[in-house]
Amino acid sequence: MRYEAPETIDAAVTLLAGEKGVARVLAGGTDLIIQMSGDMIEPDLIVDIKRIPLLKQISEEDGGFRIGAAVSGAELGEHAGVCALWPGVVEGVELIGSTQVQGRATLVGNLCNASPAADSVPALVAANAVARVIGPKASRDVPVSEIATGPGKTSLAAGEFVESVFLPARPDRSSDAYLRFIPRTEMDIAVVGAGVSLTLDENDVCTDARVSLGAVAARVLLVEEAAKALIGNKIDDKTLDNLAAAASAAATPINDKRGTVEFRTKVSGVLAKRAATIAADRAKGKK
Amino acid sequence: MNYQSEVSPDARKFKSIGTRPLRPDGLDKVTGKARFGADVSAPGMLHGVILRSPHAHALIKSIDTSKAEAAEGVHAVVTRADFGSDFDNPDVMDNVMAGKKALYDGHTVAAIAASSEAAARKALKLIKVEYEVLKGVTDVDAALAPDAPILHEDMVPDGVDPAPTKPTNIAHRHEFGHGDVDKGFKEADIIIERSFKTEAAHQGYIEPHACLATLGSDGRGELWCCTQGHYYVRELCADLLKIEESQLRVTASEIGGGFGGKTTVFIEPVALALSKKSNRPVKIVMSRNEVFRASGPTASSSVDVKIGVKKDGRITAGFANLRYQGGAYPGSPVEFGAMSAFACYDLENVKTVGYDIVTNRPKQVAYRAPGAPMAAFAIESVVDELAKKVGMDPIEFRLKNASSAGSKSSYGPTFSDIGLALTLETAKNHPHYSAPLGPNQGRGVACGFWFNFGGQTSVSLAVNADGTVGLSVGTPDIGGSRASLSLMVAEEMGVEYEKVRAIIADTASLGYNDVTDGSRVTFASGIAAIEASRNACKVMCARAAKTWGIPEDAVVWEDGHAKPAGSNAGDFKPMSLVEIAANASSTGGPIAGHHEINADGAGVSFSTHLADVEVDPETGRAEVVRYTVFQDAGKAIHPSYVEGQFQGGAVQGIGWALNEEYIYDNEGRLQNPGFLDYRIPVASDLPMIDAVILEVPNPGHPYGVRGVGETSIVPPLATVANALAAAAGIRMTDIPMSPPKVLKAIDEAK
Amino acid sequence: MSQIHVSTTVNGDAVEFLCEPDETLLTVLRDRLGLTGSKEGCGSGDCGACSITIDGRLVCSCLALGAEAQGCEIATIEGMAEGENLHPLQSKFLEHAALQCGICTPGFLVAAKALLEKNPDPSETEIRYWLAGNLCRCTGYDKIIRAVMDTAEEMKAAKS
Repeated sequence: MRYEAPETIDAAVTLLAGEKGVARVLAGGTDLIIQMSGDMIEPDLIVDIKRIPLLKQISEEDGGFRIGAAVSGAELGEHAGVCALWPGVVEGVELIGSTQVQGRATLVGNLCNASPAADSVPALVAANAVARVIGPKASRDVPVSEIATGPGKTSLAAGEFVESVFLPARPDRSSDAYLRFIPRTEMDIAVVGAGVSLTLDENDVCTDARVSLGAVAARVLLVEEAAKALIGNKIDDKTLDNLAAAASAAATPINDKRGTVEFRTKVSGVLAKRAATIAADRAKGKK
Repeated sequence: MNYQSEVSPDARKFKSIGTRPLRPDGLDKVTGKARFGADVSAPGMLHGVILRSPHAHALIKSIDTSKAEAAEGVHAVVTRADFGSDFDNPDVMDNVMAGKKALYDGHTVAAIAASSEAAARKALKLIKVEYEVLKGVTDVDAALAPDAPILHEDMVPDGVDPAPTKPTNIAHRHEFGHGDVDKGFKEADIIIERSFKTEAAHQGYIEPHACLATLGSDGRGELWCCTQGHYYVRELCADLLKIEESQLRVTASEIGGGFGGKTTVFIEPVALALSKKSNRPVKIVMSRNEVFRASGPTASSSVDVKIGVKKDGRITAGFANLRYQGGAYPGSPVEFGAMSAFACYDLENVKTVGYDIVTNRPKQVAYRAPGAPMAAFAIESVVDELAKKVGMDPIEFRLKNASSAGSKSSYGPTFSDIGLALTLETAKNHPHYSAPLGPNQGRGVACGFWFNFGGQTSVSLAVNADGTVGLSVGTPDIGGSRASLSLMVAEEMGVEYEKVRAIIADTASLGYNDVTDGSRVTFASGIAAIEASRNACKVMCARAAKTWGIPEDAVVWEDGHAKPAGSNAGDFKPMSLVEIAANASSTGGPIAGHHEINADGAGVSFSTHLADVEVDPETGRAEVVRYTVFQDAGKAIHPSYVEGQFQGGAVQGIGWALNEEYIYDNEGRLQNPGFLDYRIPVASDLPMIDAVILEVPNPGHPYGVRGVGETSIVPPLATVANALAAAAGIRMTDIPMSPPKVLKAIDEAK
Repeated sequence: MSQIHVSTTVNGDAVEFLCEPDETLLTVLRDRLGLTGSKEGCGSGDCGACSITIDGRLVCSCLALGAEAQGCEIATIEGMAEGENLHPLQSKFLEHAALQCGICTPGFLVAAKALLEKNPDPSETEIRYWLAGNLCRCTGYDKIIRAVMDTAEEMKAAKS
């Protein structure tokens, strides 16, 4: 195995495109190194992208934020701008692993690891975030919901990697929230995750919403029926019950060591409801 | 020994005992200097790695190691063929290295020593094992089914009537009790019968097993390892490697947790065999995956309980049928479960039957009060229900039936002074018991019992020329025993605690010492340390007598000084330990004391736990929001470490109650061999754990010590279950009470 | 595989080492540099016993490669005391009996130090969540949390 730490994006692209064997991008490494030591993968090349300055940056762009692929969870959580605009995305990222893992793990890595239970992805999908994919050909912008195609599988072609994720600007009285269910208070993989992003008008009626669920299907789900339950309504008990029913109906989970079909289906609704309540409270707090 | 006269109230005022000095090994442990199992290396050292069975149950048809032996960096490969036959401990041998069959996922099949761990791991893939996969069984009840796969074709249980004619998965049957339970149930106004299950939990010590071994062709060797009992390691390794005990010197490293799990051998004999074959030192360190798959978690259990009461709350009869699977070989702790199940209650009619069952899981090893928590979960859950049925406060109900001095225990002996009622009464009067509860919260109470053990112990101490004391003990210090033993020596000899330096001596230095288990160290090594101190003091008295020219029996030891026994003895200025030590060379040479015992009289221990649990009714998630432990310590030598035992045991019990479990798939492969999905409690899961130390002195120890290490894990399963019952109106009978199960129960109760 | 040459700083000392490209920083620290104070409890970032800081950021050294240390400032438990003087956290851990077996202690100390540097006045809940990635199986956490709370108090008092 070779380890390379290029200092430019071009150099990284050249290295990855030139590798005939298995190549992997290393940013935080909190998934990659476990997979290597667990003999799940044996890469021939590892490209450490943390020495590429652009990828370590969070930059303002069109009223939104572009988050580089090598920005750690801890760095993201310290960025006041992103925390104010997309608190749900930040809380999703901050739920990944421990404080120690936060020191390394990245939002882009969490996205590209393509776990259906990834904590940052439901909030990203709800946020309609866009990933910038770079590779030997031209770079392309892809909705984050199209990066993962199944557990551990992505739509990235050989030699491609995600350079950054863009979180767009949003109207006033908008906010988001992410909640997950785990048996402990920390250190677990989500049994169910729910992200809600919404906008309210002056009368607290929801005018726009996106609802997503994690860990209840082979990939993170965008649940349009659940969003419909919110749009055009005040976030009251009846609306929330409709939202919960729509979320539970959309879940197609499996039984595994972390939860049962029955449990995940029910809790999908519970979490969607609670996340919507938090998102709405946050939106109202933004005058 | 009986120390009744010494432990009676006001028998003595302690100077050192009961204080909280810093531990002698503390500085090394906060600076990273302490050397644990994996922290040493040796010149020319090789790295050993182990090939493990991926199958739960399989015949090993053949093993071809030729390619691995030829691989780069490989110095030795061992399989069962490299070990002899006719062992005193055949099951230990077979567990350490599989023979004809692999009996569980993770069972050792072969091992390699190579110049680097990477080279060894690479070579591991070159070993070809031909398996014939057999049907396996991991559930304790399924193992009893008529068509269950049989692990051992020669296993016919003892104690079963009529004796089975075919092999079964039952290794032993045990029965305890007295009176006539049928008669007792006839007298009852209310009878509750319930069945309970608990999943296997792992001790979860943070330090994986690790060792460094050398063994030469001359049969001489050294072994460094993290163990709770290096003398027992020596005994087992000598048996498995066919070497003489005197030729194997075992040194116990600092130990990163054990809780019973480091009381046998796994990798140590393998490392010795690899070392012998390669003529090089070999280090083996288990990965966390290996620890979960192939060390010794506790048993899983299935228990049926039947208890009858009169309307006034008096229990008329108690019966329990306990079935514990102990993994692939006999030895589940069901006997302790059956003995301890009803120990908290003074019963006229009581009977317990226990079955020791084998399954395709790793052989269980002791886990803190082995066997007792599962039994207590079942009994204390039913007791809670009965209290409610008869309309009594759960503590009052327990007090009405509680064992006390003179009660004939359910397992035979009659109790002397015990602290159960004191723990219950203290709990009842504690602010926790009457504190208001929030929404979705409930309060639970449960009691627990543990026997405590004594055992073989050998201690030596030396009085140095500068007046300090060196104390050598042979029981590895797993939670602060060097501090507690030093305190006892300081108390006895009248020196400052800081003047005593305790070490864990290697197997060449002392007589045999049983394992650090059974909450025995502060008790048994404590007695030995006190008696060794008294011996040394006697020597010092003799030296003073010699100096003064008076008879030895005319000198007594008091407050760190030799003094004339009375005015008749003569008028001499008391001679301090420092003076006597300084003059030792001219009064007869070195001054030392030693003591060897097989200690009994350990003194049983009881505790009562209180928990407030909050349940999320929409997700089934339970959170412990307040917890208090009340336990009889006999006498707390170093109260901080007594509290630590109470707190640590309670939290292990909380973890077991709520989320910890072994999860096997249909093929018998462990699904959660890591800390990610084997969910031990993290700091944010818990409140502070209040520890209330009570002291009913044990006459078996000069200061009244009772073991404190284990009882604290006995009540939490039921305490949490009873709190959950109060919070959500559900009776959970299946451990762990994980959210999917709790949510299901809540929804079904609606 | 050819080894990689790495120049880095560990506890203020300039250090050079060779390592395999897939070797973790924890293995480098323990087996190549003799710094065995960082422990391997799981190898998967779930126990925190290998906690160190890289350029001031708290991480698990089992989840970093040795090669990544090039040009970084690494701090381990071995560098926590200043000469004979223990860090206040080390003293408080001893005073509060916040360790039983001691295997998790280096990781807890390194993590707690990083917390107090970032947040000198943490609540009990903040401490518990910050340290949730450090497993302790002996103490039930009670005395550890108290030791950290007490240290924070004392360090605040010393400053004012």
